[in-house]
Amino acid sequence: MNEGDKPGGPRKAMETSSSRSKKQTAKLSRDVQAKLGQQLRAMYDDVLSQGVPDRFADLLTRLDGNGNKDKH
Amino acid sequence: MPIDESVKQAVLNAVPSLRAFAISLCGNVDRADDLVQETLLRALANINSFQPGTNMSAWLFTILRNHFRSEYRKRRREVEDADGSYAETLKSHPEQHGRMEFSEFKTALQQLPSDQREALILVGASGFSYEEAAHICGCAVGTIKSRVNRARTRLAELMAIDGVDDFGPDRTTRAVLAGNDR
Repeated sequence: MNEGDKPGGPRKAMETSSSRSKKQTAKLSRDVQAKLGQQLRAMYDDVLSQGVPDRFADLLTRLDGNGNKDKH
Repeated sequence: MPIDESVKQAVLNAVPSLRAFAISLCGNVDRADDLVQETLLRALANINSFQPGTNMSAWLFTILRNHFRSEYRKRRREVEDADGSYAETLKSHPEQHGRMEFSEFKTALQQLPSDQREALILVGASGFSYEEAAHICGCAVGTIKSRVNRARTRLAELMAIDGVDDFGPDRTTRAVLAGNDR
């Protein structure tokens, strides 16, 4: 109902994969599925946008240790 | 142990999605980062078993997933922490990393059986095909499909029960926002 005042992510991106599975759409409304897919991806993408934390870049550099020191 | 530059790059490239997968699996950023770190250590120690030309990301996901499951089983034995009680913790202390609007969704996600949760994430968020997800989880493609379906159905139920107004702020948030006068 108050769709308008929600932050509302991009609607198009979520339609592609969730509209594939026809069989289960019978059970779950397409709208509910689309919203679930959107939430899942939004949560996931939130982490993706954080990139590679220093901790992991440092770890690889440390493991690489005695090897090549060249960093770009 | 010198690491081949291309391997190093491929591993680094996979880190963001490994973290996203790990966080979705265990619902806790710190634990997820430890899980990713342990995954990288294992992967690099066994880099010889990686077949060049195959999907590095899928290989790393497999290691992370297997490691998570063995750890998870251990933890369950140690602390009789049923999924529900952990989910409650999440609810009262929403992850700082996630935005407020995700907290209800995260809680619901954590209430799914872990095999359904991982299938849903791999297919619905990580972008793996059913075949790749089946390979990562070591099961049949049909099993992945049915897990994903059950996960979606269950999530929809959980969200519908918990959310008065689908997918809006959760009840606590709403109560706070409304001033909750009685």
